[in-house]
Amino acid sequence: MIKLVTAVVKPQMLDPVKDGLKGMGVQGITVTEVKGFGRQGGHTETYRGAEYTVDLVPKLKVEILCTLDDAEQVMDLIRKCAHTGKIGDGKVWMLDVDRLMRVRTGEMGEEAI
Amino acid sequence: MTRTAKLVAAGTLAAAGVVLSGGAAWAQEAAVTAEDVQANLDNVFVLVAAVLVIFMQAGFALVEAGLTRAKSVANIMMKNMMDFCAGAIAFFAVGYAIAFGTGGNDFIGAGGWFLGDGAFQYGTLSVPVTFIFQAAFAATAATIVSGAMAERTKFKSYFIYSAVISAVIYPIVVHWNWGGGWLAGLSTPFHDFAGSSTVHMVGGVAALMGAAVLGPRIGKYGPDGKPRAILGHNIPYAVLGTFILLVGWYGFNPGSQLAADGAIGGIAVTTTLAAAAGAITAMLAVWARTGKPDVAMTANGMLAGLVGITAGTAAVSNVGAIIIGAAAGLIVVAAVFFFDRIHVDDPVGAISVHGVCGAFGTICVGLFATEDTDFWQQGLFYGGGTSQLVSQVIGVVAIAVFVAVAAGILFTVLKATVGLRVSEEEELAGLDVLEHGAPGYGPDTTPAIPSTSRPGGRTTTVPTGASS
Repeated sequence: MIKLVTAVVKPQMLDPVKDGLKGMGVQGITVTEVKGFGRQGGHTETYRGAEYTVDLVPKLKVEILCTLDDAEQVMDLIRKCAHTGKIGDGKVWMLDVDRLMRVRTGEMGEEAI
Repeated sequence: MTRTAKLVAAGTLAAAGVVLSGGAAWAQEAAVTAEDVQANLDNVFVLVAAVLVIFMQAGFALVEAGLTRAKSVANIMMKNMMDFCAGAIAFFAVGYAIAFGTGGNDFIGAGGWFLGDGAFQYGTLSVPVTFIFQAAFAATAATIVSGAMAERTKFKSYFIYSAVISAVIYPIVVHWNWGGGWLAGLSTPFHDFAGSSTVHMVGGVAALMGAAVLGPRIGKYGPDGKPRAILGHNIPYAVLGTFILLVGWYGFNPGSQLAADGAIGGIAVTTTLAAAAGAITAMLAVWARTGKPDVAMTANGMLAGLVGITAGTAAVSNVGAIIIGAAAGLIVVAAVFFFDRIHVDDPVGAISVHGVCGAFGTICVGLFATEDTDFWQQGLFYGGGTSQLVSQVIGVVAIAVFVAVAAGILFTVLKATVGLRVSEEEELAGLDVLEHGAPGYGPDTTPAIPSTSRPGGRTTTVPTGASS
């Protein structure tokens, strides 16, 4: 059983998350720059004296493929590493992966993680 | 022959040459007077100053690109490029003759078309050096407008505008003042040393007319009519461009002495002080107003100080320069807010910086000039009365009205014929692709490669009908 763990975190929390995942032996992650809003909402700033609303806040999306056994631990670790306690810390969730293949070798399933 | 031997041989030949032509050489050297050396110095200095002014084009390009959006960045760069190119050709062909030709009247010059017979030269400067310095100024006046009309103007129409301002509008104003026209002939002559109004206000007023005829960018004003910020895409560009303009101004102001003499250092000092004071007061003003020291507004403040000091840079004291620069920094912030409020959308602040502060700086000569000279009268604040002040106001009003009418007609005619504004669809998509064919920041893609030569280490040969 293979899981895709996806986390959306504050950009400055990437390094602790990455180091934590490496520390527990995760073999690979994919990081994407994303923007969005959650309960943090937006806030107002000014540019050349005129106001604008920052309603899409920059975040990083971290994706990790892992076995079911590792998935809970990965989620806990991300929660621990990305946590500041302030609003906007993000979310982490888990999905089933139907099929997984390594492009170079054609290995399938857990072999391909 | 070794290298040393060659050098010795060459030296011997040269020595023989000197001996043979000794008499003539001495005679020639004796004929070189101090005046000749000074004339050469003047030409060298003013040519270098002209190059610095031309470098300001890079500053304008970066400021305007930085303070507008990435989707139209190639377009703004292109407009800056064509301001210089159209300006150079137009000013060479007719502009220079209209500005400085002696065959005209008090309002328009004529003579020396295409830099031909009768082309103007100033003092010790040669015709080419005089021309290149003045052409650099013409291109400066033209390029001020592109930022105010950014992100929504048809390129074709802008190109026509750019040629007309350099060929006719700017040269007529120059003729009134530096070309010996009616402003120079006032009982107390109008004094605009390096062009606070002759160059900057001309560009600023044309920018105002352009932006007003065009209308604001889509999304600049909310349904409630309140101005909304449209962020520039690259603040480092804007600040780097501002620094380049500052450097260029050391050609603009000291170069306008048109001679390598003792005055240029003092001019450089007043220029520096006004720039610094303008940036500081603009920063403080926007900080007080919004709670943050806005970077783009501070950059506008530095330029405001520079524009403000340009007219009186040789006439005012160092303290006077700080006061003028500081006031210009405050004025530019108020002006940016004002134009935002009356729905004139100027993405880079060109109208406020060049138009408003250009007018202000020109009037300041009548207030801050420290003493009477052959070129200006003592200002009001130094007990010199109002004669210079009155001439300055006359000049500012006359130039502003003339440019407003001329540019207003030009933009209205362009709007009715070629069309001034791009379609709504094009504006939303950005001007780069639809006006010029490719984005300013292209995707990092590889064109489709035939399957027989794909990269990746292995060569995959796919038999096709043609090759097998």
